[in-house]
Amino acid sequence: MLQFEPVLLANINKPDSHTRAVYESAGGYGALRKVLAEMQPPALIELVKNSNLRGRGGAGFPTGLKWTFLPKDHPGPIYMCINADESEPGTFNNRILMEEDPHQVIEGIILSCYATKAKTAYLYVRYEYPLCLERLQRAIDECYAAGYLGKNILGSEFSLDIFLHRGAAAYICGEETGLIESLEGKRAWPRIKPPFPAVEGVFHKPTVVNNIETVACVTHIVNRGVEWFKSIGVPADPNNPRDPGSYGPKLYCLSGHVNKPGCYEAPLGITCRQLIDEYGGGVWKGRKGKAAIPGGISMGLLTEKEFDTPLDFSGPGRVGCLGLGTAAVVVLDETVSMVDFLHNSCRFFQHESCGQCTPCREGTRWSLEMLERIKAGKGRLRDLDLLLEIGDSIGIIPGTTICGLADGAAWPIKNAIRKFRGEFEDYIKRTNPQGYAVTHAVKALPVLASH
Amino acid sequence: MGIVLINGREVEVGDKERLNGIQAAERAGVEIPHYCWHAGLTVVASCRMCLVESGTRNAETGAISMMPKLVPACQTPAKDGTVFVTDSENVRKARAMVEEDLLIDHPIDCPICDKAGECRLQDYHFEHGQNERRADIRPFTSRRRDMGDTVTLFVDRCVMCTRCVRFTREISGTSELMVINRGSHEEIDVLAGFPLDNKLSGNVVDLCPVGALGDKDFLYRQRVWFLKQHNGVCTGCSTGCSITVEENQDHVWRLKPRENPHVNKWWMCDDGRYGYHHVHSPERQVGLRKRENGVHANIEWATLPAELQASLVAAGRLAAVISPHLTVEEAYLLAKYIRGIDSSAVLSIGPVPVVGQDETFKNGFTIRAEKAPNRRGVEAIIKHFGGHLNFNDFLGELDKSEIRAAWLTAGYPSAWHDAALAERFADLDVLIVQDLFDSPLWDLATYQVPGGSFAERDGSYVNHGDRLQPAKWAVRPPTGAWVEGPLYWRLLQLPGMFNSRKVLDEVAAEIPYFAVAGDEVPDTGVDLKLNQLAAAPTT
Repeated sequence: MLQFEPVLLANINKPDSHTRAVYESAGGYGALRKVLAEMQPPALIELVKNSNLRGRGGAGFPTGLKWTFLPKDHPGPIYMCINADESEPGTFNNRILMEEDPHQVIEGIILSCYATKAKTAYLYVRYEYPLCLERLQRAIDECYAAGYLGKNILGSEFSLDIFLHRGAAAYICGEETGLIESLEGKRAWPRIKPPFPAVEGVFHKPTVVNNIETVACVTHIVNRGVEWFKSIGVPADPNNPRDPGSYGPKLYCLSGHVNKPGCYEAPLGITCRQLIDEYGGGVWKGRKGKAAIPGGISMGLLTEKEFDTPLDFSGPGRVGCLGLGTAAVVVLDETVSMVDFLHNSCRFFQHESCGQCTPCREGTRWSLEMLERIKAGKGRLRDLDLLLEIGDSIGIIPGTTICGLADGAAWPIKNAIRKFRGEFEDYIKRTNPQGYAVTHAVKALPVLASH
Repeated sequence: MGIVLINGREVEVGDKERLNGIQAAERAGVEIPHYCWHAGLTVVASCRMCLVESGTRNAETGAISMMPKLVPACQTPAKDGTVFVTDSENVRKARAMVEEDLLIDHPIDCPICDKAGECRLQDYHFEHGQNERRADIRPFTSRRRDMGDTVTLFVDRCVMCTRCVRFTREISGTSELMVINRGSHEEIDVLAGFPLDNKLSGNVVDLCPVGALGDKDFLYRQRVWFLKQHNGVCTGCSTGCSITVEENQDHVWRLKPRENPHVNKWWMCDDGRYGYHHVHSPERQVGLRKRENGVHANIEWATLPAELQASLVAAGRLAAVISPHLTVEEAYLLAKYIRGIDSSAVLSIGPVPVVGQDETFKNGFTIRAEKAPNRRGVEAIIKHFGGHLNFNDFLGELDKSEIRAAWLTAGYPSAWHDAALAERFADLDVLIVQDLFDSPLWDLATYQVPGGSFAERDGSYVNHGDRLQPAKWAVRPPTGAWVEGPLYWRLLQLPGMFNSRKVLDEVAAEIPYFAVAGDEVPDTGVDLKLNQLAAAPTT
């Protein structure tokens, strides 16, 4: 096990860890008191900027920089949206924080709002997390009672209200602008940008959207300082100006075919193999690993040979994946059929596509239909190239859709077929040895039934 | 003034112009295909058909830096220094994939689709699509869903551009349409019990870039490639929407709004859109008749000029009621003809129907309560000749019994008077009624003169906002009827064939109100107020 002191999960094994009393007994809300007493909002933003904290929601955008995009001296209101619509398959790190240590999250929200001068925060929690909703609401109520929320927090001039919002149970509700649309009571169709949320977000006002784990990190940066935060993780690559480094602790969700699935806190940069072997107890049933999803299904696939890839914001990208994503590692053992894996992946994205953009709406469905046909023993070898082309058109070519869902749908296709092409070809040859044509008969002209 | 670069070609854009890539490219003669974008609706950039490469040119160095990803041209502002590349390999590839994607679920039922011939999916496929169909062909169902009284939806044909949904939210403000379901299961629908029911509903059919939304009034009645379009003006109310009258072999099949930023933008109301059926009504009068000994008998058109001349001269004091459905030119010619016989003839505007109140929609489009297309134009003509601008005043004059002969013009699409009003004309020696349909006045007439409908007229109308708009005739009148303009031209013994432009030139020269129309009149019309402003004294 790596030598590392967990902070994000430090409290979760305590009895009643979700209560204010337990949180306070471990020094909870100390960061808030310190900030209110000692720091002005710009100083807090500067602190977070200096820490190089990158968003934990999936994109890894520098948090402090994001906050600076808010218009200067805006008369307000400025809104903070906390994205707790955790929908990426295999991802449950936010859930752990919300269920087991909601006060840590709330303190982070308060600090983030203080930095951005937001007086209203919306906590957008996914529909399927009833316990999160219950515990967060209780925690919010406790905070109001203790003066951590409401008017003039702890006697300062800073006031904040947090509203809990139950999401609409769709993957796209977790997309930054889809979340905003949903919060406004509309269909969660991602917005075209510009304007970016920092300029025009919720109710046409400047808005910051941050992830649960991201704001939780803010608390610890205040408590322990930038040096501590930057001592963890992977430093910036001096030869690559686009790599600002991956600093700080990270929650990794480990699931799939491992002996000890769970949510683990580890330094950014831990390798996939370390995570599986040292935290997950190795691949289950004594089998060998075949592949792993590095950070949610939308990030692509690591082969067993790539298990030594560091799981920082840049690592997975170096081996042909999209990125670290939500750091949800799903392990596939040697018995898993990649055809089944890709079929499931396509099924998920086809189901979750919001349908706004043509390439995503039709491309996800087309790829699923092809996978269904291949699975049914009617595949053709050329289908694989066509799948890759569809993947390119829906997501790999940047800009073809408004949001990133299509990218997410494309990377598993690209990775699975490129990295496991032989297996797909074998499957097709085995199940459809004659390679016969499978085009459905064309019906006569359709009947125009009226109803 | 800014310079936008389209495929290496410079295009000028004004400082205050707010153009997007599609509009800027259009200015350079380059068409960027698009489905979801419409100039009158908000930008959603969802069809992704207009993806292009874009970048900026450094004003000082001239160096061009391109964005790494494709961008939707509909959403990208065309500003000074903006660069668009619309024909690169990446752009072509993206378009081809969008076309291929859309055709996966689209029934290839062009032979029976009402939109065939004007379908963007069809057109773009030939221009931008793939050479082969690579998706599995599946049976289509062509489900049909009733959206309301005027519009039907062919569900499978929809490409989810959401123009129709946005229209009901942004233009009509009625919000009947919505998107149901998610992803590839999405469909356009209405809430049960709340059908598409607003007076602008027909516009969603115009907006639909494919054959998904069908106009029940037009459905399966004509193939669009048989139709000829003629620029016209809607005569349903005093808004005077610019329209195209679409006909085949002298039969009007549909009216469509024509873009006119000064009047109706891109829209027209259902009252106007479906208000053409009277043109081909079997009830239309088509026989020129004269009453003798209490019985109407057909007479020849060739004898009419001489007959009228004799009858009107013999009658003494004359009057003419000029319908607000007549064009400016027709009104002028009739007034001139009547005054040519009796220089003190009484001239009056005909009844101007007013129904309810003006109806204004969310975006400002207004259906006027005044159901006549040319009150202002006719009034200006009558004013010029010193006549009555109010039909009731005329009736008062009529009751003094000094008037012995009257020429009543109509052209109203429906009943415009009753028997009581007709009775007030009963004592005249000569009553000429020029109309489309039988009526109490028609029955009373000495001369029953079948006239033309709006689709048959050539001339111009002045709408509620003093905008003069030209309209071209679209169909010939039914055999036996004469359109007013050519008839008056003949009565005045003018040389050659009726020429509305020549008449307008004369009107513009003689009547200051119309002076600005003496220059070229564009299809979108001219604002007659400009002339008034120019003539106004300066302080």
